[in-house]
Amino acid sequence: MTEKDFIQEKAMRNNKFRLSFSRKQLCLPYGVFLALFVVLPLLLIVFYSFTDKDGGFSFNNFIRFFSSATTLTTVIISVLIALATTIICILLAYPVAYILARSNLNRGGTLLLLFIMPMWINFVLRAMAMKDLLTIIGVFGFNNYVNVIIGMVYDYLPFMVLPLYTVLSKMDKSYVEASKDLGANAFHTFTKATLPLSMSGIASGVTMVFMPTMTCYVISDTFGNGLITIIGKLIDEQFTTFQNWNLGSAMAMVLLVIMLVSMWVTGAFKSEDTRGNNL
Amino acid sequence: MKKFFQIFYIALILLFIYAPIFTLVLYSFVDSPVVSIRQAFEIGFSFDLYVKLFNDASLMKIVWDTLFLALLVAVLATLLGTLGAIGIFYSKGKFGKGVSAASRIPVINAEIVTAVALVLLFAFVFKESRSYFAMVIGHLVITTPFVVLSIIPKLKQMDSNLYEAALDLGASPFGALVKVVIPEILSGILSGFMLAITLSLDDYIISAYTKPAGFDTISTYVYGAMAKSNANSSLPALRALSAIIFVVIILVVVGKNIYSRRRESK
Repeated sequence: MTEKDFIQEKAMRNNKFRLSFSRKQLCLPYGVFLALFVVLPLLLIVFYSFTDKDGGFSFNNFIRFFSSATTLTTVIISVLIALATTIICILLAYPVAYILARSNLNRGGTLLLLFIMPMWINFVLRAMAMKDLLTIIGVFGFNNYVNVIIGMVYDYLPFMVLPLYTVLSKMDKSYVEASKDLGANAFHTFTKATLPLSMSGIASGVTMVFMPTMTCYVISDTFGNGLITIIGKLIDEQFTTFQNWNLGSAMAMVLLVIMLVSMWVTGAFKSEDTRGNNL
Repeated sequence: MKKFFQIFYIALILLFIYAPIFTLVLYSFVDSPVVSIRQAFEIGFSFDLYVKLFNDASLMKIVWDTLFLALLVAVLATLLGTLGAIGIFYSKGKFGKGVSAASRIPVINAEIVTAVALVLLFAFVFKESRSYFAMVIGHLVITTPFVVLSIIPKLKQMDSNLYEAALDLGASPFGALVKVVIPEILSGILSGFMLAITLSLDDYIISAYTKPAGFDTISTYVYGAMAKSNANSSLPALRALSAIIFVVIILVVVGKNIYSRRRESK
């Protein structure tokens, strides 16, 4: 190796070291930010949930949470409202996404834009508009649960349309044609080909609708005349009205666990879908 | 026949989505304490609510405060998120994976959990959970991950040789980053910036928990006004404000769509 070669190689190695180092270094500020303001606060929630007011270790918060009929009823009501909202959103959004993806109505994406535009408008203002309209028609106050579910569906429908449209418009149409060629009728083609292939879209739609509806107490407060409490409101009350941060943190922990479980369930759908794609 | 049903269904859902918005815009021209058909006929249509809105100094302050906060947050989130996305994309090690995983937490976490976690942190460190600083941090927590998410795909699409080529031609790593990488991912950065603005404007829960006393965003103000009673004197003026916001957003979104389609067809 000549001296020139050696210097060149050393320079290259230096350079390579510097460039990979400098690019990685760029995520340092963001990494520190996330550690301080995302990870650390969650650790504080874990800490508070397992301690009492004096800072001693205790399971009391969880015992109190799971032994109270009121809180358990709230959890059940939240899950039921979220389930109803999610199912209605799927039932309403699926045909929309299907028509937009398959027919020529959506040329240039203008129609799709109309469906997802509400995502850009402040949700408190939209809720106010819907409440006013329901009042004018005279159906508001008919049933608080129905009110809340209408409000939730109104708020979250665009978040279901978008992922369903994405997956349906990308879907390989030859599966549908193959199914028809092999003698399946329209119903079977849908249940055996289109629907299973769109599971990943439904899964991501569910994650965008189910969790927020369990916690978005703004809608349940304004549409439920203050008479419907969901789990998000329960946490809010512990932090604002009752000032019991330990119990509030324990409730937040329960919510985190539900979140992880629902992610695991929807993740299971996703792996099924990739299996379908591998066929 | 099939086509008829399709159009009918699409029209029905669009009616569900837009009827409240059109009603609100319509009633922004009716200066009545409550929204009702009878009052609309009795009082008639006028620009009174708009006059009231622009003469209401406290309401106008809330509008500008909200817009300024969204802009500040979007600028900071874009800086932080762009650097973060580039860093995550090019570091294959554990640190990059950890940052990427932590970045996904605020996206999937319930907003109320994010909010109370921040309250615990700020109460723990500063003894006071409410401040402008805490609110900006809170907004950054919920917006920056989305900036990262909108930039990463652009980095994946980019030809990886471009950066190396720039270095070979004598650019410094910083120069190559600014002159080669940033222009390539600019569309992702811009959509991340827009997303950060909308997410900040849309937020209620984080603001409600971290905002300093006496400060209001449009969301917290409207929610407060709705929670009180319909007789609240400033609520009708909010109809005018909402109508302006709706129309501006519809114009911006439609305009952007027409512009990008024209550019595509050229």
